[in-house]
Amino acid sequence: MATMNMLQAVNSALMTAMDQDERVMVFGEDVGHFGGVFRATSNLQEKFGKGRVFNTPLVEQGIIGFANGLAAQGSVPVAEIQFGDYIFPAFDQIVNETAKWRYRSGGQFSVGTLTIRTPYGGGISGGLYHSQSPEAFFSHCPGIKIVTPRNPYQAKGLLLASIRDDNPVLFMEPKRLYRASVGEVPEEDYQLPLGKAEVVKEGSDITLLAWGAQMEVIEKAALMAEKDGISCEIVDLRSILPWDAETVCESVQKTGRLLINHEAPQTSGFAAEIATTVQEKCFLYLESPIARVCGLDTPYPLAHEKEYMPDEFKTYEAIKRTMNY
Amino acid sequence: MKTRNHLSNVGIAHQVEIISNGLLDIPMLQILSPEGQVHEAATEPALDKETALKIFHTMQYIRVLDERMIAAQRQGRISFYLACTGEEASTVASAAALSPDDMIMSQYREQGALAYRGYTTEEFMNQMFSNEKEPNKGRQMPIHYGAKEHNFMTISSPLGTQIPQASGYAYGQKMAGKEAITICYFGEGAASEGDFHAGLNMAAVLNCPVIFFCRNNGYAISTPAEEQFKGDGIASRGIGYGIKTIRVDGNDFLAVYAATQKAREIALSENCPVLIESMSYRLAAHSTSDDPTGYRSREEEAKWREKDPIARMALWLTAKGWLDEKANEKEVESMRQDVLQELKRVEQVPVCKIDEIVNDVYDQVPWHLKEQLTELKEHISKYPEQYPKTSGRIN
Repeated sequence: MATMNMLQAVNSALMTAMDQDERVMVFGEDVGHFGGVFRATSNLQEKFGKGRVFNTPLVEQGIIGFANGLAAQGSVPVAEIQFGDYIFPAFDQIVNETAKWRYRSGGQFSVGTLTIRTPYGGGISGGLYHSQSPEAFFSHCPGIKIVTPRNPYQAKGLLLASIRDDNPVLFMEPKRLYRASVGEVPEEDYQLPLGKAEVVKEGSDITLLAWGAQMEVIEKAALMAEKDGISCEIVDLRSILPWDAETVCESVQKTGRLLINHEAPQTSGFAAEIATTVQEKCFLYLESPIARVCGLDTPYPLAHEKEYMPDEFKTYEAIKRTMNY
Repeated sequence: MKTRNHLSNVGIAHQVEIISNGLLDIPMLQILSPEGQVHEAATEPALDKETALKIFHTMQYIRVLDERMIAAQRQGRISFYLACTGEEASTVASAAALSPDDMIMSQYREQGALAYRGYTTEEFMNQMFSNEKEPNKGRQMPIHYGAKEHNFMTISSPLGTQIPQASGYAYGQKMAGKEAITICYFGEGAASEGDFHAGLNMAAVLNCPVIFFCRNNGYAISTPAEEQFKGDGIASRGIGYGIKTIRVDGNDFLAVYAATQKAREIALSENCPVLIESMSYRLAAHSTSDDPTGYRSREEEAKWREKDPIARMALWLTAKGWLDEKANEKEVESMRQDVLQELKRVEQVPVCKIDEIVNDVYDQVPWHLKEQLTELKEHISKYPEQYPKTSGRIN
């Protein structure tokens, strides 16, 4: 085991995947010699050459279109979009092409080997265009998987699983944790399952559900609530699509309460989908309405970032409201 | 120009001849030599002393501002900054050739154009400190300026999105019968984006009075131009789209000024786009989040430092007898003092009240945002110490 931050864990996963399968190619804006704006792809070009690790022109629709072609041909592309906010120029390529490739060809062709890596989320003074959490836009799109790690260990295991999964995967990296989250990561090859949530901590009064960087927020809120004698079960969704309704519902059936926390705006955020499903499957078990603690329905502001964030204090208050309903 | 946009206009050949890259060899307009002298064969544009000095002082001012703000970012006083060092002539001299009624749609490295229009130190600072006095109301990162009174469209971060918008804005100016054009600035990296191709094609086909001003500064963050595109720079693309095009030495303010003046005249009188490719070098880092030592050599930078556009212009001014060195030194010093003083003053200005978080999402605040604001205020009142920027001014 080595101690790594999330960037090093992502780098280690890419290194492992490229070592193990020479069809794996890594590319995007500035990812070559420079190693990407966050340095997640450092040293890869030196090790695997410019043929497999390269800079692309600045054109997100081109990057994903190119990646689609590569994947259809049999390569294993890991394409980087420098910031999740800039994935929208590639929206058409992802939603209309990547996600529908297999379905529209009756399974003759597929781009299942494609993985799209992108940093997302706020808390870094990024303002409107460096803070967005676009997962819900893609959750509405059948044909892709969406995965988000909460720490370096998860990042490596989930990224390796994403690269090897035979479906296109949008791998969203919480950039606020890139350097802030440090932990033990095996240097060898390992994978964590996609589509599977993880119960991080057991509890009996309320289930707190989040993913990515917001896991830290619900963990902090749980500590505050536990001082009031409230026992919180903490679940990391890990995969947003397909999501693990079974694990979430089992937890809610046990605790009788659910709070979902995400950073993206509340309206049509992924919490809405989860809440509906849980309500359908666990209606008779629920002791109170399902709570959502989310970003406001505004663009992500700079000066009011702290106020905008669904932080631990807002979460703690929501836990108490849910308990006292 | 021959137009061959349909089969009926195409000439016939009988041998397989693939047209090679390099057939077009677009020269670069240089009026002022690197030694600061007007080339014999060149035509010096008419420029009065007052305008020339305004260009020069704006260039110097922007360099002072850039230096000071980078330092402020390093001290943690602002979160981010983006300098235009080395490219001052490109943006300031082009802005000087425009009318104040012309719209500027910029990328994010054109603070020189905004300063030329009279944006004050205080206004620059208000934006960078995201305080309650700035027109964006503290919503965007530093350097995302916008000033309606200066016809400077508020900057958006996503790259190249302003290019097709500029075509549309210019078309609107034409339809409204305005004696004004739009200038659209972008870097050579942004010219890779789909928006560039869409914007140029539409401007050409729809006859939009717009100047596309490409700052070819060699790097898109760490990616050098050679890894960004092939062919003869960005200029050849203008020609490909049927757009009148010129390439200029971006470190030569006279070349930039003369070319922009001519481009404006053509855009306005002929109702058509013009592309200017301004060849320069990004001496600064891409931004304060970037470190160019990771991808380029100090020797390369030093070579370009010798082509400093400000120094080159100073030589020209001195030859004209328009530059008093001592007075200029004093002026630069007073710029420094002004920037420092404003910095200290403006950083004390508070951010907007929390109510601003829900304003301007729509023309009016809808019910769900009113509800969210009420809940947020209640929450902040309960935890005032957690939200120190706004808790003291909830009502």
